[in-house]
Amino acid sequence: MTVVFERPHALSDVSMHYCPGCTHGIIHRLVAEVIDEMDIEGTTIAVVPVGCSVMAYNYFECDVQEAAHGRAPAVATGIKRVHPDNMVFTYQGDGDLAAIGTAETVHAATRSENITIIFVNNAIYGMTGGQMAPTSLVGQITQTTPYGRKIETQGYPINVSEMLASLQGSTYIERVSVDSVKNIKTAKAAIKKGFTVQQNKQGFSLIEVLSTCPTNWGMDPSESLNWLRENMMKQYPLGVYKDIIDQRGAQHE
Amino acid sequence: MAKVTFREDRCKGCGLCIEVCPKKILRFAEERLNEKGFNPAEITDQDACISCAFCATICPDCVITVEK
Amino acid sequence: MSEKVLMKGNEALAEAAIRANCRFFFGYPITPQTELAAYMAKKMPQVGGLFLQAESEIAAINMVYGASGAGARVMTSSSSPGISLKSEGISYIAASDLPCVIVNIVRGGPGLGGIQPAQSDYFQATKGGGHGDYHLIVLAPASVQEIVSLMTEAFNIADRYRVPVMIMGDGMLGQMMEPVTFDEIPPIPDDLPEKSWATTGTHMKRKKNIINSLYLTPEDLENLVLERDKKYQLITQKETRSESYMIDDADFVFVAYGTTARIVKSAISTLRKEGHKVGLIRPITLYPFPSDIIRETSKKVKGMMSVEMSMGQMVDDVRLAAAGNCPVDFYGRTGGMVPSPDEIIAKYKEIAGGER
Repeated sequence: MTVVFERPHALSDVSMHYCPGCTHGIIHRLVAEVIDEMDIEGTTIAVVPVGCSVMAYNYFECDVQEAAHGRAPAVATGIKRVHPDNMVFTYQGDGDLAAIGTAETVHAATRSENITIIFVNNAIYGMTGGQMAPTSLVGQITQTTPYGRKIETQGYPINVSEMLASLQGSTYIERVSVDSVKNIKTAKAAIKKGFTVQQNKQGFSLIEVLSTCPTNWGMDPSESLNWLRENMMKQYPLGVYKDIIDQRGAQHE
Repeated sequence: MAKVTFREDRCKGCGLCIEVCPKKILRFAEERLNEKGFNPAEITDQDACISCAFCATICPDCVITVEK
Repeated sequence: MSEKVLMKGNEALAEAAIRANCRFFFGYPITPQTELAAYMAKKMPQVGGLFLQAESEIAAINMVYGASGAGARVMTSSSSPGISLKSEGISYIAASDLPCVIVNIVRGGPGLGGIQPAQSDYFQATKGGGHGDYHLIVLAPASVQEIVSLMTEAFNIADRYRVPVMIMGDGMLGQMMEPVTFDEIPPIPDDLPEKSWATTGTHMKRKKNIINSLYLTPEDLENLVLERDKKYQLITQKETRSESYMIDDADFVFVAYGTTARIVKSAISTLRKEGHKVGLIRPITLYPFPSDIIRETSKKVKGMMSVEMSMGQMVDDVRLAAAGNCPVDFYGRTGGMVPSPDEIIAKYKEIAGGER
C-alpha cells in the first residue's frame, strides 16, 4: 500500500481552531503541500495577519512573523530585503489586505516585491463576528449592514485581483476557489506557480482564494460552498488576471 | 485492508467529505461523539473505496489519510 | 589627530548609523528630517546596504519590524506626525522584543503643526505613544558630535536588550552644521547576544522561530510583561545617562535636554558672571530618566527649573524626582519658537528674586 494522501510536513500536527467547514484549513494545507513539494520549508518565512488566521503561526512549521493588521506586505518586504534568497509569503484575509492594508498591498505589488501573497476572500470579517468586508457583496447582510450592503451608503465591493493586475509591478495574479475538489486542485497549482515566480526572482505574485465563512454567513458548510458558487463567483470570476512571467527575467538580486 | 483512516479526534463534523465522496461510502458515526463533541465522519465500506482522495482533499482538518 | 568634517545633524545621524553597521533603512520624507533619508539613499547602496522609501511612515515601521525580526540592524527616521503614525508599529516592536533604532526630529505640534524645532513629543516618547505596558529607550543628543556617539550606543543597547531605541532630536539639531569626527567610534562590542531567535529560515536544523505579540491567556501576557519589566529595570540600572554642569556649588539648578540645554548653558554663563550660583542637569537618556541625580540635587538647592520647547512635559518627571524637596519651576516656548538665553535669565530672576 502506498500513501496517496496525508498531512504535509510543513503543516503542524495540531488541531486548528477554525470553525467546522471553514476553508482556511484547506488553504493552509495547500500552501504546506506546495512547500513540501518544492522542498522549501527550511528557507520559508511566513507572515501571518490579524483575523481568523492570526494564530497561523501555530500551524506552519517554518519561521513565522505575526504582522499588525494590514501590514503583512510591509513586514514581508522587510524580511525579504534582509533575506532575498529565502521564500517569504503572506497569508491575509479581506479586511487585512483590502481595507486597512490596501496601501501596503498596492505598494508591494508596485515595487514588484519578490514575495507571494495568499489572499483569502470570504466577503466578511470573520474573527470579529461577521462585519462587512470591502469584498462583501451588494445586498449582503452582515453585522454592520443588517439591512444588506447598500450602494449609496457602503459603495461597491472591491475586486482585488483585477485592481492589482493593472499595476505594472505585478507579475502573476490569479483568482481561484476552494469550493470543490477540482477547484482545490487548480488553487494548489496557482499557489505553486506563485511560489515558483518568487523562487525565480520574477517579482510579485498574489493568489486570491474565494473562501467561505459558514458561521458568519449563517449557513452550514455545504450550503456555504453553494453560496460561494452562486454569488461570489459572479462578482469575482475565477481565472488568471495577470501573467507576464515570461517577460520578467530574474529582476531581483 | 484499510485504505482510508480517519483521525476522529480532529473531525469537526463539517460533512464536506461525505458530500464529495463519489462512491457515497462516508457517513457521520451517529452512535459516538469525539472529544470535540462532534459525530466524526467514518467510512462504511473500505472495499468499495477507490482511493480517489476527494474526501481528504476537501477536509479542512487533515482528518483523513488515504492509501492505495 | 582625528579627522573632522562639517556635517549637518541629520546627515551625521545617517553616517553614524552606517558606521554602526546598520545596513537597512526604511523611511518616508518629512520635514525637518528628510536629509537623513536622502543621505541614506545615496550612501546605503555604496556600502551594500538598502535604502527603501516606503509608502508611508506606517509601512516603514512595519518594514523595520520585519527586518529586525529577521535579524538585521535596521532603522527608520521621521518627525512628530510621522512618529504618531508609527506608534502602533513601535508598540508591536517593543511587544515582540525586537531591536531597532527610530529617530524623531521633533517639530512644532500638535497636528500638522510647524516645521520649526520643538520638544513637545517628550510625553509621546517616554510615556506611551503606542499602546500597552512598554517603554522606549530614549536618547537625547545635544550636539552633532553627541549624535555620533549616541547612535552607536543606540544600536548596541537595542541589540543587547532587544528593545527599540529612539534618538530624539529637534529641528535645530537636525539642521545645524558642526564639525564632527567619526574616528573615535568604538567597535561593536563582541559580547552582544546572538540573534538565535530571528526568522532566518529553519534550514531544517532547528525548531521554527515565531515573532509574535499575541498572548490571549492573561496569565501568559502578564508574565511576559513582568519579564520585560525586569529588562527595563536592568536598563535603568546600567544605561541611565546625564550630564551635570556646574552643579557642585549651585544653589539653583536648571534641567534641560537637547539644544535647549545649550541655550541654558549660555544663560548660565551670563548668570555666573553676575555672581549667581546656577548649574544644569542635562538628561541624556529621557527614558530611563536620571531621577537619582535630580533627587539628590533637589535636596541641596533652593530651586530647580525645567526649560523645554514645549508646554512643560519633562517638568513632570523633574517634579516627581524632586519629590517636593525643592520648588520646581518651568520655562518654555512652544509651536516651534526657540527660547533665548535672555528669556531664561529673566525667568530665573523672577523666581530667584532679583539681582545678587
